[in-house]
Amino acid sequence: MNHSISLTVNGVRRDFDLDDPRVTLLDLLRERLHLTGTKKGCDRGQCGACTILVDGKRINSCLALAISHDGADILTIEGVARGDQLHPVQAAFIAHDGFQCGFCTPGQIMSAIGMMSEAQAGNDPERIRECMSGNLCRCGAYAGIVDAVLDAQARMDESNQRRSA
Amino acid sequence: MKPFDYVRPGTVAEAIAAAAQPGAVYLAAGTNLLDLMKGGVSRPNRLVDVTHLDGLDRIERLADGSLRVGALVSNADLAHDSEFARSYPAVAEALLSGASAQLRNAATVGGNLLQRTRCTYFYDTASRCNKREAGRGCNARDGENRSHAVLGWSESCIATHPSDFCVPLVALDAVVEIEGRTGRREIALDELHRLPGNTPERDTALEPDDLIIALRLPPAARSFAAHARYLKVRERTSYAFAVVSAAAALRIENGKIAEARLALGGVAAKPWRARAAEDVLRSVAPTADAFRDAAWRALADAKPSGDNAYKIELARRILVRALTLAAAGTPARLPALPASPFASTSGAVHA
Amino acid sequence: MPELNLTSAPAHLRHGSNIGQPLTRRDGVLKVTGRATYAADNHPPGMLFAVMAVASIARGHVISLDVAAAKRHPGVVDVMTPDHKPALAIDPDIKTNPFVFRMEVLQSNEVRYANQPIAVVIAETLEAATEGAALLAPRYETLPPLVGLDAGESFVPPVVGVGNPAAHHHGDVEAGLASAEKQIDAVYETRPQYHNAMEPHAIVAHWDGDTLSIDTPSQAMVMARARVAELFGLAPEKIHIRSPFLGGGFGSKGFLTGPQILGLMAAKLVGRPVKLVLRREQMYGPVGHRAPTRQRLRIGANGEGRLTALDHHARTVSSTFDDFYEPAADASHTLYAAPAIRTTHDAVRVNTGTPLFMRAPGEATGSIALESAIDEMAWACSMDPLAFRLRNYAEVEPITGKPFSSKALRACYEQGAARFGWAKRPLPPRQMRDGAGLLVGWGMGTATFPALMFQAEARAVIRRDGSGAMEIGAHDMGQGAWTALAQIAADELGLDIDRVEFKAGSSDLPDAGIAGGSAHTATAGAAIHSAGAAVIAKLADLATNDERSPLFGAGNAGVVARDGKLFRRDDESRGESYAEILARAGISEVEARGTGAPNPAALEEFAMHAHGAVFAEVKVDPELGQVRVTRMVGAFAAGRIVNPRMVQSQLFGGMIWGLSFALHEEAITDRRTGRIMNANLGEYHIPVNADVPPLDVITVEEHDPHVNALGIKGVGEIGITGSAGAVANAVWHATGVRVRRFPIRIEELLTQR
Repeated sequence: MNHSISLTVNGVRRDFDLDDPRVTLLDLLRERLHLTGTKKGCDRGQCGACTILVDGKRINSCLALAISHDGADILTIEGVARGDQLHPVQAAFIAHDGFQCGFCTPGQIMSAIGMMSEAQAGNDPERIRECMSGNLCRCGAYAGIVDAVLDAQARMDESNQRRSA
Repeated sequence: MKPFDYVRPGTVAEAIAAAAQPGAVYLAAGTNLLDLMKGGVSRPNRLVDVTHLDGLDRIERLADGSLRVGALVSNADLAHDSEFARSYPAVAEALLSGASAQLRNAATVGGNLLQRTRCTYFYDTASRCNKREAGRGCNARDGENRSHAVLGWSESCIATHPSDFCVPLVALDAVVEIEGRTGRREIALDELHRLPGNTPERDTALEPDDLIIALRLPPAARSFAAHARYLKVRERTSYAFAVVSAAAALRIENGKIAEARLALGGVAAKPWRARAAEDVLRSVAPTADAFRDAAWRALADAKPSGDNAYKIELARRILVRALTLAAAGTPARLPALPASPFASTSGAVHA
Repeated sequence: MPELNLTSAPAHLRHGSNIGQPLTRRDGVLKVTGRATYAADNHPPGMLFAVMAVASIARGHVISLDVAAAKRHPGVVDVMTPDHKPALAIDPDIKTNPFVFRMEVLQSNEVRYANQPIAVVIAETLEAATEGAALLAPRYETLPPLVGLDAGESFVPPVVGVGNPAAHHHGDVEAGLASAEKQIDAVYETRPQYHNAMEPHAIVAHWDGDTLSIDTPSQAMVMARARVAELFGLAPEKIHIRSPFLGGGFGSKGFLTGPQILGLMAAKLVGRPVKLVLRREQMYGPVGHRAPTRQRLRIGANGEGRLTALDHHARTVSSTFDDFYEPAADASHTLYAAPAIRTTHDAVRVNTGTPLFMRAPGEATGSIALESAIDEMAWACSMDPLAFRLRNYAEVEPITGKPFSSKALRACYEQGAARFGWAKRPLPPRQMRDGAGLLVGWGMGTATFPALMFQAEARAVIRRDGSGAMEIGAHDMGQGAWTALAQIAADELGLDIDRVEFKAGSSDLPDAGIAGGSAHTATAGAAIHSAGAAVIAKLADLATNDERSPLFGAGNAGVVARDGKLFRRDDESRGESYAEILARAGISEVEARGTGAPNPAALEEFAMHAHGAVFAEVKVDPELGQVRVTRMVGAFAAGRIVNPRMVQSQLFGGMIWGLSFALHEEAITDRRTGRIMNANLGEYHIPVNADVPPLDVITVEEHDPHVNALGIKGVGEIGITGSAGAVANAVWHATGVRVRRFPIRIEELLTQR
């Protein structure tokens, strides 16, 4: 039985006839929409490589059935930059070498963006480490990741202040 | 994953009707269920998606002073509700020490109560497991079992309950509201989860089509807010299940413990309420000796189920520590590393 | 795959030119926007999905598979089994060269280890293929598996690691031990570890007649192409492997594995492109791992704390069907100046996938045991661990007596200790607590890794528009080849890096050898160096032989290449641009090839190693036993540093692997079944962000004229060595409990309060 669902993906509404309710958001993005920036590292919610934002919140897309998220607003790594203008978190990951092989990086970046909007970690490195612990990095780029988040947070705070001033 | 019917009921009544069919299960966020389905541990015929039901995502304070949490409230939303965190700090700390931020954003209160064991033999479908398949035997009993139960286990099952959230909840006498074929009822959380006995395949007291609607914390639960902690020993600093955990909540009046609430995690097939140990602490001063007596009492019936005798001593020690921290007072702000023994190294503000 | 288009990042940093500069990654924008294409991101038209079924027993035979049930599942196209598969051109069990490891490609129904592939289901969707594999419901005839370090009769392997003798002797060990005033005799155990690159092994295979297009992560594309060619009876030119980015390798993607070959077979079977990606649990078997070890160290020292003898024996395991032996005891060859050294190995065979190279194979396992034993001996001699190591500092390589090509270890010790504040360390354990009452301990370890060179070739081009190109089939698994090798290429071509088209990551480019042994930058860099020099020489010939050129006649004096121009070496006011030279010659481009290879004469004369010193602080809860590393400082001397930013990242990564070795990683095998019970990332613990403290890396300046033309020693693996021991020694210093089984577990630290 086909199920009609509708998702907004990176700002674009997309309607699908889903022929299989088993399809996860991760496999929908990667194998059907060919948005392959989101990675599959474990497929069991144990590594964070598949992190995306659903209705503004970071989740593991491997443990989410697409069909259950009918109507959701989804942001993936492909939708983060504005054209050639990188998101501050993306730029900071480059500047602070917050990755090596790059495979966990889309998940790390989506997680960092989600974390900032949760506003629980602020600029406390220890809280950032804890709040980013759902994203494994086997290359061991954690130090650069924390520095990148701190830097991006500071830049975003600064630009928000400028805007409100 | 086995093919399944997907149904999305519009009301609780429709959900219960849809779940009446054999092989039907409820789908909430799916953070545990999908994991089990991908591993072939769970092979349902029908998923009844309750995530779109109205009215189950509210946190309400009731007139009598109790708090009612809808089953679809996410773990993260509950933990970050400032009124909730102030009133039930050990529960908030337990929530934030579980899994990862991503999983907490998705996972629901109702789903967390029904989280299944992490016993590797339960997860490994090539192994024998009485919980997965009644009567097949238990490969954990003589297997790699250093993380298994030391309380309440039986020869047929030595699995533990993995939840952090449930540990302080059971200490605070939380109540579960259930809707089923026979209408609405409620049971104490302490009676929701079952010890294995000879029927480890039944994790809980629920019937297959019972749906958890809400969780309720009774009025007295907030009287412990000033002296409540959750503490968890892990094999890595974050994103790991508890080796052993403890919730301690004290009501201290005139320098004496008026009432103590204690529970352990990671030691049994259910969150383990240590009532006898609570009795030891009634009307005594909160001293190290009293805490040690209570801890010994709590583990009096413990016995190893394998290479896990250390967990008995560890459970005693973590109880003493949790009581010590609770007696010192709930910190003003949640530590950077919730429930961690290293919380205090983090520069977080403590009361 | 679209043409790889590396973009300059806004944060792209440049300070002057190239080697030695901390450029940000040239592939950075691709990686942070999700546009870097890893193997599993490819979708050729008509592609099907393949999913492996793997054995749930460790030894025996598959006696039935319910192929019909799988085929009945909607969307399943075919099921590949030992009875239904395309023929291979040669027996896959024949070892055609020492770098061929045996693999399971459905050649029989025998099961040699748990998680061995036993069938492949091919379907229109991933969901159908996955369920199809589950429906095969294999039945087995099961034999008792061989499990653990005492599984059977031990034997001495003919070689350990890559061709090293299993035993080495230097001096009289027994006499040295007998004369010692202090003796340590201790046994250390390390557990099986799995690489667990974040990217599971994946392959997208596309046959077009007898040509074969492959997307798969590879640390050695040309070697992989040769293996595919022999297995399928194809000419290598008919095979094109693309591997622009690896999502981590750590040794597990050095050789093509069985699952990758199965992907090629599946595509051939169904006549359509196929994608096969390993499930995480399937990476615990057919793609290599680090074998467990049990190591006995006997050390003697005299009254002054000088070593009199060092005896290091390592027991390890290999599979029942192939040979790889973790050369753990060899770690004792180079570091400490004992007058007598003996290293020996033995092994047993177990039902496991063949162990293979995993980041610092032998060095990592051996280092944690050696550094623990040295620490124990320092304490036995009542000496500071650093003072003890300095007293036994090796001025020449102890096992061979050869001089070192360079060795700045003393500077590493000094600078690392100073940065860490080591001088304040109390000698006895269990002396320090923090404000919260946690035990604090400080430990150290010496790091070492050989400076290796393999073989590589590069092709350099200078074009008429003044730009250049460098082509080399190099591999970027995160270490930064896209950037560091391009930096070398730019310098060798005398061009700004943005004027060099740097091509890598594809098997149709010159063979860059293997990205392993921490030798890729050195080897590929040497090839680039020589290709660059050769193309510049050709250009110089054009100019110096042309009387219209200001460089005419400079042949004897020579020229230098810089900023797209050639200058007379003896008169830099006389120069000419590449574009002018080529334009006048009427040539569109000049090209040349160059190679990188070890220098046998230097190898004969010198011992070549990178060195380092790692200092760690841990905190341990005195009652609960939980451990956290709170500080690490590593000082490393590894020759020339091409890109300090990426070198720091690699050393950080290695130090984290060391931390993980000491405290976290362990595959738990059920001793009855040989099954790995934590074959996932939830229970096989690697460090999370919160486990990793602020890290500090010092790169100590070191000039080495002997290792290779560029003086590069490599930094990919050395970070683990020393670090694991430093953390373990810090745990002892915090608690007074000496744990000799790694990873250190909570229960071992509960013994006292």
